[in-house]
Amino acid sequence: MSYIHIKGLEFSYINEAEEPPVKNTVLKGIDLDIEKGEFVAVLGHNGSGKSTLAKCINAINLPEKGEVMVDGLDTIREENLLPIRKRVGMVFQNPDNQIVATIVEEDVAFALENLGVEPGEIRRRVDEALKTVGMYEYRMHAPHKLSGGQKQRVAIAGIIAMQPDCIVLDEPTAMLDPHGRNEVMKTIKMLNKEQGVTIVLITHYMEEAAQAERVVVIDGGEKIMDNVPQKVFSQVDVMRNLGLDVPQVTEIADFLKKQGYDISDEIITEDECVQALYGLLKGKQE
Amino acid sequence: MIKDITIGQYFPGTSPVHRIDARAKILLTIAFIVMLFIADDIRGLCVGLAFTFITFIISRIPLKMMWKSLKTILVILIITSLLNLFFVHTGEPVFEWKFIKITDNGIQTAVFMVVRIACLIIGTSLLTYTTSPIDLTDAIERLLSPLKKIKVPVHELAMMMTIALRFIPTLIEETDKIMSAQKARGADMETGSIIKRAKALIPVLIPLFVSSFRHAEELALAMECRCYHGGEGRTRMKQLHLKLIDLWGTIYLAVFMAAVIVINHIW
Repeated sequence: MSYIHIKGLEFSYINEAEEPPVKNTVLKGIDLDIEKGEFVAVLGHNGSGKSTLAKCINAINLPEKGEVMVDGLDTIREENLLPIRKRVGMVFQNPDNQIVATIVEEDVAFALENLGVEPGEIRRRVDEALKTVGMYEYRMHAPHKLSGGQKQRVAIAGIIAMQPDCIVLDEPTAMLDPHGRNEVMKTIKMLNKEQGVTIVLITHYMEEAAQAERVVVIDGGEKIMDNVPQKVFSQVDVMRNLGLDVPQVTEIADFLKKQGYDISDEIITEDECVQALYGLLKGKQE
Repeated sequence: MIKDITIGQYFPGTSPVHRIDARAKILLTIAFIVMLFIADDIRGLCVGLAFTFITFIISRIPLKMMWKSLKTILVILIITSLLNLFFVHTGEPVFEWKFIKITDNGIQTAVFMVVRIACLIIGTSLLTYTTSPIDLTDAIERLLSPLKKIKVPVHELAMMMTIALRFIPTLIEETDKIMSAQKARGADMETGSIIKRAKALIPVLIPLFVSSFRHAEELALAMECRCYHGGEGRTRMKQLHLKLIDLWGTIYLAVFMAAVIVINHIW
């Protein structure tokens, strides 16, 4: 079985303030398998259910129907709660709301203290985690004095100190400036490549999704597409109908193709685009 | 800038008073209060006064802070001294006019009480001047941990204090933003009567209140994701060890304590 195994997952929020209570079904039968070491991006516009899906993976939300298994552990069983959260760490959108302590290194130690790790070992893992995200020299700083990107890296350090197999990031860059976004994306990719951590990145930035190995598109609580980014973004019209953009370079290629130029529609990075345009122009000259 | 306000009254420093372990410092402060109360005449109290001054100088906290901490209780000091002055009628009368009668005992008691309260306030505020709020919270949690046996939620209380301290700067920043936003919409918060200004604060406080609930909800979620499940089975990265300086601090206080006891019994 795959590392994360989701089958027929249904989930709904119940608004009890209304009379009678209103049931709002957010996930309508999702099947998804994620292997160890994969880098998966989940795309979808606001309200598509992508954040709800993320919270189902580490047992914050429990499935109403269907099942979610992490490393063979069923999220619905209460005794699996801590083992699952230890395996799947989660990073949220707002860095301010996930930092608990008043000093960076104390915050990184928080999860380990909760797990009852022995003090010497905590010290070692905290230093290691801070060095991994490049925040070691800030370990004695107060979190509120750091920039958004730095805070988010501290939050990531707090998760990797637990040494999880998988990290789920719920729009980790939504509140950051381009510089901070870059810092965070670099860290995520490095964790995936060098440490083999499975990454599930929830985002609505197409440029970020293009960096993943696999893109899952969710709309209205259902899985619409699940493929390598090239294949997903080449369906420019489908994406537009879902209210999603494609990377700018893909859009250019699509536009040129519609004008009758011979250009691949599987272009998702700037380099690929430059190469293709270069080829096109060279062909024209000859 | 509203952002620059200090949390608590901590003055960072490296003096011996700063370096004493926070737990030891709390216990020594309690011992200091006991010392002030076992001194039963003005001579014993002079020892307490000397202790307060010397410790203050060692801590290298600006001496004007002494006056600042006294200012808040000035009214209490004046009332106490007046009450003692007029209502203690034992001893030799010094001054008598109609129903007012001041005796030498009255004067003595008044001075005695004022000095005692002043020492109490200055000495204890030294604790918050020289210990960071985080260390203080930590120390309180550890000192109170025996109370867990009788189901006092010590860990939860300490956690609440830490989170409150953590969110003070965040909320201040937010207040700043909301105030700017309201001002940009033409809100006037600086002029008018006190009542008018208080009313102008309502549009600031309500969004702040709502957003702190949102902070709380998200923080709770993030804490759960990081395996938080109460104080049970929790370890700490920072282990507090009693050091030599804590011993010296204790000896230092013990000398003064002994002096008070000797004065009480021999004179």
